[in-house]
Amino acid sequence: MLRSKAFSLLKPIPLMSGQSNLAYKFIHPAIASHRHCCHRRSVDYRQRNKTHPGSAGGRTISALQTKVMAEEELPGVLILDIGGTHGVLENLAALMKKHFRLITMKEFLENKKEMSKKIQSIFVFECRPTIDRELLESLPNLKVIGNSGVGVDHLDLKMISSFGVKVTNTPHAVADPTADIGMALMLASARRLVEGCQIAVSPDTKYFAVDWLGVEVTRATLGIIGMGSIGYRVARRARAFDMRILYHNRNRRKEEEEAVGARYCEKMEDLLQQSDFVMLVVNLTPETHKLIGKKELGLMKPTATLINISRGAVIDQDALVEALQNKVIRAAALDVTYPEPLPRDHPLLKLNNIIITPHIGTATVQAIRMMAEEAITNMLAVLNGQPIPSEVFPK
Amino acid sequence: MAEEELPGVLILDIGGTHGVLENLAALMKKHFRLITMKEFLENKKEMSKKIQSIFVFECRPTIDRELLESLPNLKVIGNSGVGVDHLDLKMISSFGVKVTNTPHAVADPTADIGMALMLASARRLVEGCQIAVSPDTKYFAVDWLGVEVTRATLGIIGMGSIGYRVARRARAFDMRILYHNRNRRKEEEEAVGARYCEKMEDLLQQSDFVMLVVNLTPETHKLIGKKELGLMKPTATLINISRGAVIDQDALVEALQNKVIRAAALDVTYPEPLPRDHPLLKLNNIIITPHIGTATVQAIRMMAEEAITNMLAVLNGQPIPSEVFPK
Repeated sequence: MLRSKAFSLLKPIPLMSGQSNLAYKFIHPAIASHRHCCHRRSVDYRQRNKTHPGSAGGRTISALQTKVMAEEELPGVLILDIGGTHGVLENLAALMKKHFRLITMKEFLENKKEMSKKIQSIFVFECRPTIDRELLESLPNLKVIGNSGVGVDHLDLKMISSFGVKVTNTPHAVADPTADIGMALMLASARRLVEGCQIAVSPDTKYFAVDWLGVEVTRATLGIIGMGSIGYRVARRARAFDMRILYHNRNRRKEEEEAVGARYCEKMEDLLQQSDFVMLVVNLTPETHKLIGKKELGLMKPTATLINISRGAVIDQDALVEALQNKVIRAAALDVTYPEPLPRDHPLLKLNNIIITPHIGTATVQAIRMMAEEAITNMLAVLNGQPIPSEVFPK
Repeated sequence: MAEEELPGVLILDIGGTHGVLENLAALMKKHFRLITMKEFLENKKEMSKKIQSIFVFECRPTIDRELLESLPNLKVIGNSGVGVDHLDLKMISSFGVKVTNTPHAVADPTADIGMALMLASARRLVEGCQIAVSPDTKYFAVDWLGVEVTRATLGIIGMGSIGYRVARRARAFDMRILYHNRNRRKEEEEAVGARYCEKMEDLLQQSDFVMLVVNLTPETHKLIGKKELGLMKPTATLINISRGAVIDQDALVEALQNKVIRAAALDVTYPEPLPRDHPLLKLNNIIITPHIGTATVQAIRMMAEEAITNMLAVLNGQPIPSEVFPK
């Protein structure tokens, strides 16, 4: 009955003030036909309606389906853990419990025979649990792996696909906070903010030196490598600083170009030579692995800053160490490295012209929640045979 | 000009801990005869008559009555920077001396620092950097979170030249912008989609980020005190890029200690630097930068150029771009 209606899972919803972040609200197909006004916790509200047969929201769900949901078990989702050092945050687990039966790795391993059949989905949070062949072979009813975050370089997409399992990510929830971190790193590096904070509190500081200077961001040239969803948001922000924006991308994006006044550089070399700030906003693939190496660093201006908010392996880290030591470029600012964290004796940690943040591109209260919501929506879409908002395919 | 002497400009020093930067001095030498305080004090009789202008750089040299009385031909004090709260404008005016500042050169870099501080504080950037390099770090904790800037509410107190530039930048982060100002600025409001708060209290209650962008005057002294901090959201961040004395620092210490507000980010304090045992330096929900709002290679040069232009305008009897008048 529900399938006969044409649902669009992704609908642009006019935002009310105090609205949460998604430009497009993920509406569960069961209620997409009703034009709900969006409220900050609207996904919860709607999903709650779906699973409580007696609630007023039950009007959106057929009586039959309501009855069926109440009697059936919720689909099982495998997670590493709840809480602890690497587990799913408690409030996110609570969110998931409304739609899934949560099964931790511990519970699964202790009772494989019974649990394995129940697990239809895996929620991968901060790259855990690790998805290997052994795990996939032990989960006969697994249909989807829902990743929290947009990068899926930690997942072997081909192998997972060979099991008939779909993979989804969360491109919408990550875009704004990651663009914000890119801007934060660029500003902090240019203005020597971290160093400045150290001076401000140091017991040795007697006065503020007058010849202590950073470099301008306003009206400087920013070269964005990777003009996808996140790169475009970086460009929008940089425009407000009157920055001159160049970009390099697999494909030219004329509409976005015009919207932010960016100039397309077909050759990455041109972008590298002209930019005061180079920001990496690509995803990690075999093509972008070590995209920035000795040659590329050598093409950059000696006054330029390299910012990486993509994945550590996009940069040849050894080449970066050398470039920073020899002042081939002015400075670097990395939210991502390979591995994370770096070994404590890594040369990058000893340089004074680099700032490194611990992969906090989406580390906000709001973003973490939105990523879980987006993952939940994607996983439920797969399990319910609905159009999937953000499926990722192997190359 | 080749035959005449260039007009004399008094500066504290060239180079050294507080002196004018060498490249700026070189810039000035094209238009002025530079006279350092040392040269002046060693030969007051001759030098005093030559000095027609003083270039005040990083608040030095200090302008007091004694100095003004000893400079009979002084016409203008050209300040590097826009804030003139360190100058006694009334007293200087009583000597018939004009004061100029550099509002154009400071506006963009100061707005940039405001944005840098807001982003750094919200995303816990400084703390994050410490974690990334700490010898004790074994893994990155998953429950370590900051707060969003995009689509949050920014309340700008002081919508002048700098405040407006902050608003422009914040708009690109889809921030909801409120502002409080002595006067309403309708054109700027519309340009950045800002909402005017006639009462500062309304702004304080609604903002996730409060940024101070006023100049320091008797009216704005301790503008933000215990009451104002209490009106702010407990999740809010206070950012100061104006002058330290706009905030009641003792009240701020208390508010941060008791988590009345989430955090603060200050480019300015009173005094600068703070005493090394000051409680503000011990808090973990504050970041302080050493007054670097205009500390860029380009800005420092532009401020000197703007000051030179202003001083020459006074000496040549031409319209003065940025004269500052006592209230």
